[in-house]
Amino acid sequence: MKGWKLKTSKILAALAGLGALAASGASHALEWYFQTPASPIARDIDQVHQYVMWLIIVIFVGVFGFMFYSCFAHRKSKGHAAAQFHENTTVEILWTVIPAIILVLIAWPVTKVVIAQKDTSSPDLTIKATGYQWKWGYDYLKGEGEGISFVSMLATPRDEINNKEPKGEHYLLEVDHELVVPIGKKVRLITTGADVIHSWWMPAFGVKQDAIPGFVRDTWFRADQLGTFRGQCAELCGKEHGFMPIVVRVVSAEDYSKWVADQKKAQSGQAEDVNKQWPPQELVARGEKVYAANCVACHQATGKGTPPVFPALAGSKTVTGPKEAHIDTVLNGRPGTAMAAFGKQLSDTDIAAVISYERSSWGNKSGVVQPAEVKARRK
Amino acid sequence: MSAVVDTHGHGHGHDHAGHAHGHGDPHGGYGGLMRWVTTTNHKDIGTMYLWFAGFMFFVGGMMALAIRLELFHPGLQYLHPDFYNQLVTSHGLIMIFGAIMPAFVGFANWQIPMMIGAPDMAFARLNNWSFWLLPFAATLLISAYFMPGGAPGAGWTLYAPLTVQQGIGMDFTIFAIHILGMSSILGSINIITTILNMRAPGMSLMKMPMFCWTWLITAYLLVAVMPVLAGAVTMTLTDRHFGTTFFNAAGGGDPVLYQHIFWFFGHPEVYVIALPAFGVISQVIPAFSRKPLFGYASMVYATSAIAILSFIVWAHHMYTVGMPVTGQLFFMYATTLIAVPTGVKVFNWVSTMWKGSLSFETPMLFACGFLFLFTLGGFTGLVLSLAPVDIQLQDTYYVVAHFHYVMVAGAMFSAFAGIYFWLPKWTGKMYNETLGKWHFWLTLITFNLIFFVQHFLGMAGMPRRIPDYPLMFTTWNEISSIGAFGFALSQLVFLYNLFTTLKRGEPAPQKPWDGADSLDWTHLPTPAPYHSFETAPQVK
Repeated sequence: MKGWKLKTSKILAALAGLGALAASGASHALEWYFQTPASPIARDIDQVHQYVMWLIIVIFVGVFGFMFYSCFAHRKSKGHAAAQFHENTTVEILWTVIPAIILVLIAWPVTKVVIAQKDTSSPDLTIKATGYQWKWGYDYLKGEGEGISFVSMLATPRDEINNKEPKGEHYLLEVDHELVVPIGKKVRLITTGADVIHSWWMPAFGVKQDAIPGFVRDTWFRADQLGTFRGQCAELCGKEHGFMPIVVRVVSAEDYSKWVADQKKAQSGQAEDVNKQWPPQELVARGEKVYAANCVACHQATGKGTPPVFPALAGSKTVTGPKEAHIDTVLNGRPGTAMAAFGKQLSDTDIAAVISYERSSWGNKSGVVQPAEVKARRK
Repeated sequence: MSAVVDTHGHGHGHDHAGHAHGHGDPHGGYGGLMRWVTTTNHKDIGTMYLWFAGFMFFVGGMMALAIRLELFHPGLQYLHPDFYNQLVTSHGLIMIFGAIMPAFVGFANWQIPMMIGAPDMAFARLNNWSFWLLPFAATLLISAYFMPGGAPGAGWTLYAPLTVQQGIGMDFTIFAIHILGMSSILGSINIITTILNMRAPGMSLMKMPMFCWTWLITAYLLVAVMPVLAGAVTMTLTDRHFGTTFFNAAGGGDPVLYQHIFWFFGHPEVYVIALPAFGVISQVIPAFSRKPLFGYASMVYATSAIAILSFIVWAHHMYTVGMPVTGQLFFMYATTLIAVPTGVKVFNWVSTMWKGSLSFETPMLFACGFLFLFTLGGFTGLVLSLAPVDIQLQDTYYVVAHFHYVMVAGAMFSAFAGIYFWLPKWTGKMYNETLGKWHFWLTLITFNLIFFVQHFLGMAGMPRRIPDYPLMFTTWNEISSIGAFGFALSQLVFLYNLFTTLKRGEPAPQKPWDGADSLDWTHLPTPAPYHSFETAPQVK
């Protein structure tokens, strides 16, 4: 009796825990369907899906209506004697042909959506999205804003991920530089990958396109609602796959023009004099920030990495050896390893800064590198 | 098929009584461990396959629990993201190649010779070797965790070029896949030869039990596609070490080529797992409906049609890769076509039950669970086959939910149905029916807790293979994780039932299931003797 009581109290405690859990869960809305569509294609997908789901529900209820009726009515325990029929050509032909006809009914509307999805002709704006391990690079190639180029990285602080800080509203779905597009314009998105395959996915636009290294693919969307839309990389791309979100801000035509003007101004202001000689402390201080944004995920804040895939920089041969080899590694990456080429992502000054930081941290004392030296190594 | 004449005697097991004292020691003079190492007996080998599958199911299941533990709450709690990816990868490889496939080969070994009236498998020594390759392959596969860099973390699909970045564990995985493939091919050749050459007189192909038919077709699929997988991973190996560039654009290759080759293997592989499951279900449902299988011939044609179609649908796994519109449409139409033969099978099973005299012992419960949930997985497959909808759902938890309905509620439920169905025949002991029913209902409920909610996660936008997720996905993940631990605990009921049955189970009646009509039930004693048909029975 005593043992039983103990068990009951344990079960009750477990149930209470479950209840508390459900209550804590209820503070987030229960999402169970597609995100609200914000483009014509996403709306088409939603409609096709609903159409097919209704067909499926009808078939499902029909087939399993038979099964459950049979389970209920044709039981041995009720004394039901087994019939011995085991074929019926008419019925068998019917249930081959009718599903085939239903498939044709489904195929027609779906085909129209496929053709629409694939029509990337005459865009108003062309943007290239490049998947890097683990961030997205955006280049505005054609249309208003041509020439704008930036890298978009996860903005959620590491402390939130490691449960040291409370998580914010857009946890894992926030970036430092959002992709900005005008409302109602056809945007052609060209995707490619720098290292491995990634996938650019924006649920609200009904767009998912793999970004494949060495090849370009394209897709398109026409956002018809203002606002900020969020998605994530959809193809396993290594360690930080879960931490490279995609955020698109859809703005009015005027706001877009204003944004373009601001970007252009900022970019021309950013052009730094590569021949400037920096004091070592300034270079190292700047390098620490660049390191935190680009390198820390693999090589760690301690510089110890997680060998052998992500080697240590503390005491590394490259970092403590000749400058040239170190600069080349950062500029061009190490093909066949996870080490990316940063030459196109970072300015000469940033590369010089991060190399200087690496050469002066974690016990390394191999001197600083000036931006001009980086420029000289670029091919 | 049910009308069988035993020309050798009137009592069951007449042949065997004579046999047992004719040959003395049935184990070739070996006892203990060496009996199992040297055995060429299809029953011993079948038993080893099943124990091996059970052990790997446990290992893969532990990995799944670790994954669900990490996903219980947002944030990184227990697992490093790299290790998380390794677990995701190994869980898939182990469950597919280590658990499900060997389990069904185990069934094939036990049942095919007994069902077609043969004394053993055609190539008895080859059979021994097919099995003994497996423990070595599994050891290689798991040893990757102890290599520098750990096991590969590229997903069980092992997409290039992510595989090129992995540590040396990747090479061990590739060799493990080679060996697993060898084992499957040898096993398949054995099954094909046995079925085509060793059927009892009078048993034409169209009189074979459906389980033998589905395995015959499966074996052909395996022989066709395992070399393709071996090719794909070998190309990965040479890209990694020998300077080739099959999957590297810089040298004229293409990463997408890997996906085409992989899925040319991968889609038939789905049916390699599903068809034997269909076979088990096609034995169990008629037995407990006390009524012959409805539409036997159409069942054979539907199975063949599924197998043939499976070779021309592979790129539906690749809608987001960026194929031309004609490619997108071709693979979509071909894929939706699979719904027709699959529908035929489901309709046939339901019609077999219709107006039968049904009873619901544990094997039948699992068969009904299979029918209901596998069809659900089939419907989500239809949804995913539609290219535009798949664009939203590709690489999300919707896909994860879909294939677990097919793999767990499909293959695994049918494996449980098969174990409960045949355990009395194999061991001569009856399992505990009450515990069996508990096992079924707990498994059914917890399975749906884990995976039904994952459809919602996928539609709402949660990508698969991520160790951490945005806050809006929290509740469903919590439910899913609770379900996972419940599911694991439910399997303890099975283990307890199994061990107590083996140790002190009630003796099983000669034919515990009224409607079972294949040769193993009608012509062999229970438990089945070590050597079955020394003289072939005559089938009318």
